This record gives sequence, structure tokens and C-alpha cells, in this order.
Amino acid sequence: MSPAGNSVEVEDLVKRFGTFTAVDHVTFQARTGEVFGFLGPNGSGKSTTIRILCGLLQPTSGSARVSDIDVAKNPEAVRKNIGYMSQKFSLYNDLTVVENLHFFAGLYGVEGDRLKHRIAWALRMASLEGRESSKTGTLPGGWKQRLALACAVMHQPSVVFLDEPTSGVDPLSRRQFWELIHQMSAEGVTVFVTTHYMDEAEYCNRLALMFRGKLVAFATPAELKRTSMKGDLILLECESLGRAIQVIRQIDEVREAAVFGNALHLVMRESSAPIAPLREHLELQGIRVTRLEKIRPSLEDAFVALTGHAPEPAAAGA
Amino acid sequence: MKLDWARTLAIARKETLQIRRDLRSLIVVLVMPLMLMGLMGYGINLDQTHVPLCTFDQEGSQQSQDLLKRFANNRYFDLTLNAVNYDQMVAAIDARRCTIGIVVPLQFSQRLREGDAVGVQAIVDGTDPNTANLVIGYAQQVTGDFSTSVAIKFLQRRGLGIVPPLSVDARTWFNEELESRNFIVPGVVAIVMAVIGTFLTSLTIAREWERGTMEQLISTPASALEVIVGKLVPYFAIGMADASVCVAIAVWWFEVPLRGSLLVLTGASALFMAAVLLMGFLISVLAGSQLAASQFSLLITFLPSFLLSGFAFPIDQMPAAVRAFTFLIPARYYVVILKAVFLKGSGFAANGTQFFGLALFTTVVGTMAVRSFKKSL
Repeated sequence: MSPAGNSVEVEDLVKRFGTFTAVDHVTFQARTGEVFGFLGPNGSGKSTTIRILCGLLQPTSGSARVSDIDVAKNPEAVRKNIGYMSQKFSLYNDLTVVENLHFFAGLYGVEGDRLKHRIAWALRMASLEGRESSKTGTLPGGWKQRLALACAVMHQPSVVFLDEPTSGVDPLSRRQFWELIHQMSAEGVTVFVTTHYMDEAEYCNRLALMFRGKLVAFATPAELKRTSMKGDLILLECESLGRAIQVIRQIDEVREAAVFGNALHLVMRESSAPIAPLREHLELQGIRVTRLEKIRPSLEDAFVALTGHAPEPAAAGA
Repeated sequence: MKLDWARTLAIARKETLQIRRDLRSLIVVLVMPLMLMGLMGYGINLDQTHVPLCTFDQEGSQQSQDLLKRFANNRYFDLTLNAVNYDQMVAAIDARRCTIGIVVPLQFSQRLREGDAVGVQAIVDGTDPNTANLVIGYAQQVTGDFSTSVAIKFLQRRGLGIVPPLSVDARTWFNEELESRNFIVPGVVAIVMAVIGTFLTSLTIAREWERGTMEQLISTPASALEVIVGKLVPYFAIGMADASVCVAIAVWWFEVPLRGSLLVLTGASALFMAAVLLMGFLISVLAGSQLAASQFSLLITFLPSFLLSGFAFPIDQMPAAVRAFTFLIPARYYVVILKAVFLKGSGFAANGTQFFGLALFTTVVGTMAVRSFKKSL
């Protein structure tokens, strides 16, 4: 472990593909044993960063260290010490549960008694006892995901990289999966996880938000919500949202307005600004206001404030 | 590059399980050798026996019938029609009922008796020039024999002693009966191995990319070399098993003599198998999709191995450019070794050039496979 207690240290990392800069001077650290959330829309450079950290891609410049090993210089050593679960579901569907576990254990040199113990552990952890000889392809999505996680950690790595582990999995399985993540973290494993889901981001100890290759925020979820908004956040429920948003955008005191479900979220230019004038303004235009109040920003609001974009559809519904 | 045996074995075991569960692979493995051996062993026959024969005897004398009987009794010809006029014979050839028509002219026996030169007309269907050439050869042999016996009788009648005619006393070596099957069947082993080796492995890498398992695989400590070796080991075993089946069929079913040592045969087969497996692997890396990989592998193995390996068509007879191209086809070296080991019983030394060519090909393709696989990660 590094003296600072960081399992992952990324400094001034750059990755270019031709003229396109996928990762643009990014710096962050993940502490040993924490759940580190890596957020950002598709194409923001998340997966590229993870691939560099796993030794699958060479960085253009800057440094990336995992468990104090320079990934660019010694990718083989890094690969032995990490677990990686790639974005696409990536087990062998034509193998059984146990065969998949055996295979990945074999690749990481887990043998003998340890192999037996780890397989028993993995089956328990992933709640797959009794399904040992089921073909992996026949398992429901959530089960496959747990099996994939088990395969990635058969060799007890100290750092685990999970690239969108819960995409396309039902909510109950997602919750179960996150319990596993916290369990691992409690055992001292650093879990580095990317996600689209804002509710999942709340479960992380710290978050790094990537946008267009740049790191736009790096803080705990609470800090992020507190600091990303310079002005108050107002919830507005009213008739004809479409017309309301047009009216609102002409008001100077409002910095931003965005549709959230069947209401609008307004970001004011300043904090503690009075909100009564807003109601008057709308009702003057014949728009009846049913609810208007100051609310605490969610992570999703923070996301919008930081990137100027709504999160992807998957997150909007979450 | 270091090779970790435990990791290599893990990959080999996984690949074996996948092959066992893949119906398409199993069909290729089990059915292809039998099908190709059967098709080619029986289907390709370069011998011409039982050539349908039509005769038209314009004279109808004892001597003309004598000549035609020699044709009819020859093992190469089957008399199918005694034409009564010229048109009938032409019609039979047109209809492909006969390949050759023999016309004995009027005054045949009289002119023979007088010692005049006399021609017997042979009309041959030349659609297939190979067959036509063979048939003309057979016909010349029959008339030649007849002519010799007539000449001897003629001389004897004049009270002259027998003049022994000069003849070629040919002894054919290696394929004594000149059975084309003996020449074809050993080569089929090469085609079966080329198709199986290249086709099966061509799918293996493309499949992992397509299913997204490759990204997981390369994030593990397994190196490029371990992935290649681990993946090829089970296919190598299958390929060699199929080769043994083919050899067994050749020896016990088609009764092709196997005169050389099994050691030379196995050595050459192992080297050839490695060459085609690596070729399949290279295709798999480059093609990206299973569909492209399988089509491309069939394209570059089946026809070239069939046409350009010397399996049935002699390389010496090809134009120089095509002949140069044959050096790029691994089956070319292997087919020569196979035929030599089967029919001549020759060993490593006699096939040194072929072994060298095959080893060079394997090394080059193997290096390319490792390089391109690494680059694609």
C-alpha cells in the first residue's frame, strides 16, 4: 500500500486516440477499502480510464498506479492484483457456473485447497448454491452479474474495477449486488465502480465525475450536492410545464430550469432569494402553480449543474 | 516470452468444454473427415476404364471383325453399339452414349493382304481432353497389337522368319497398378486437416470478441502466447485424431499401401497441423467476426489445398506464376510428403525440403499470429 493509504493514484493522466482526447489531464486517488464511484455519461472517458488502470491500454502521458505499481510499466503485475468486470456481460454462457469459476481461478493461479474454499465462498457469496452445474447462459441477469463478480474476485484481489456492473439488472438484484460491494469494501477491498444510476452513486464513499474527458468534480456525494449548486434549488409544480419553462427562463433571477418528472427544478442565481415573485410572475401569465418550494438538491441536480446536461435516460428514471 | 503451464492448461480446458458443447464444431470434427474421404476417395477417379465404344464395320469381313473383337475384349472398352451406318455412330457420340467410334473401311482385309497401308478411323469425343487423350492411347495400343500380329503373319506367309518387334517393357514403381485412388487418397488427408484446422480455430478468437469475453480474458494475467497455445492445444488433438481416422480409412478401406514409417507420417502431420491451426488463428484475429472468419478460412484453405497442392493436379504443369504461388500453400509440402510416405516409403531425409518449407511456413504464420493478436488488444 502506498503511504497515503491510496490504492489507486492517477496523476495528470492523458489518453489520446488520434486527434481525439478521451482522457484529458485527469488526477484523482481512491483510498484503500473505499467504494469509489466513477460517474459520467457515455464517452466521457470512464471506461478508457478503467482500461488504463487495468493495464489494457497504454496511457499517452501522465501516470496511473494501482497498489503502488505503475500500470504502464508493469501491467502484468497489476493484472495479478486486480479484479476486473467489464461492461458487457463477459462470462462464458456455454460453461456452467462452476466451470466459469474454475476457469478464472485457473487463470489467476488459484489451486488446491484454496481453490476449493474459494469456489465454496463464491457460490455462497453469489447465492448460487444448488446452481453449480447450470449453464451460465440460462441464469437470470442478476445472477449472472453476481457470478461475474465472483469470477473477478476468485483470487482475492485488493482492488476491484467494476465497469457498469448493474446495467440491465432488475432493482432487487441491483440492491443485492451493492450489498456485496459494501461487504467487500468492509473487508478492505478497494471497489472502483462506474455507474449510470444516481441512486447507486449515493452508495459510494467518494465520487469522481467525468465529463468530456475531464474530471469535473471529485468529492463525497454530500459535498457534491452541497457545493455544486451556487444558488438555491426550487421545485415547481404547475400546469403546462412547456409554457412555464419558457416563462421561467425569461426571469433574471433564475439561472437554469430543467424538467424533472412532472415538475421543474429551478436553480436560482443566489441563495436565500425570495421565491414569492416567481409565483406571481407565473400566475400573471395564467399558469396555476400547485407547488413551489425550496428543496435540497439531489445528486442528479448536482450532475446537471456540473455538466449542463441531464444524466442519461437510465438515470433520469432512477 | 514465458509460458505459465497452469494458465495455459486452464484455457485449454475451457476451450475443450466449449468445443464439446458446440454442435457446429462437433459436426465439422466428426462428419467432415468421413464425408471428404468418401467423396474424394470414390468421386475422384482419373482412370478411364469401361469407355463406351461404338463400332461401324463397313466391310464385315473376318479380319475386320477380328480387329473389332480385340477392341471389345479390351478391359478399357465396353462395346455398346454396333452401328449399321455412319449416321447412327455419329448420333451415338453426340448423345454421349459412346466416347469413341471405330470405323473399319471397305476393302480393309484386301488391302491388308496386299500389304498396303490402311487406316482405321477413330472418332473420339474430345469434350474432355484428358479422357480423349487416354482413349486415343488405348485405341492405338489395340490397333498396334493387331498390326504387329498381321505383319508377322504376312512375313511368315512369305517364308520370312519372325522379326521380333521392339517394345517398351515398362515397370511402374510405387503405384504398380497405376490406380489413381492410390495417388488421390493420401492427399485427401491433407485437405481434411487443412479445412478442419483452419475452420475450427478461425472461430475461436472472433467468437470471444463477439461475445465480449475477450476483454475479460485479457484483463487476467494470461499472456498472448498462453492464450494462443491454450486455445490451440485441443484443436491440435482433434486435428491429429481426425488425421488418424483418415489414414486408417485410406489404409484399411481404400487399401492404399502405407510403406513409410508412421513416425515420419506423424511428424509431418503434426507440423502441418500446427501450420493450419496458426493460420486459422491469424484469420480469427484479423477477421473480427465469426462469419467473416469462417468464410475466409474456407476460401483460403479448401480450394487452394485442392487445386494448388499437387493433390490431384501436378504442380509442374502449372504456369510459372501459379507455381510460385503454390509455395504459400502449406498443403503443397504436406501432400508431397504424404504421397512419398504412403507410396514410396521414404523417410525424413528424402523429404527434407518439404519439411523445411512446412517448418518455415509455420514459423512465419505463428509469428504473425502472436504479433497481430497482441496488437488487437
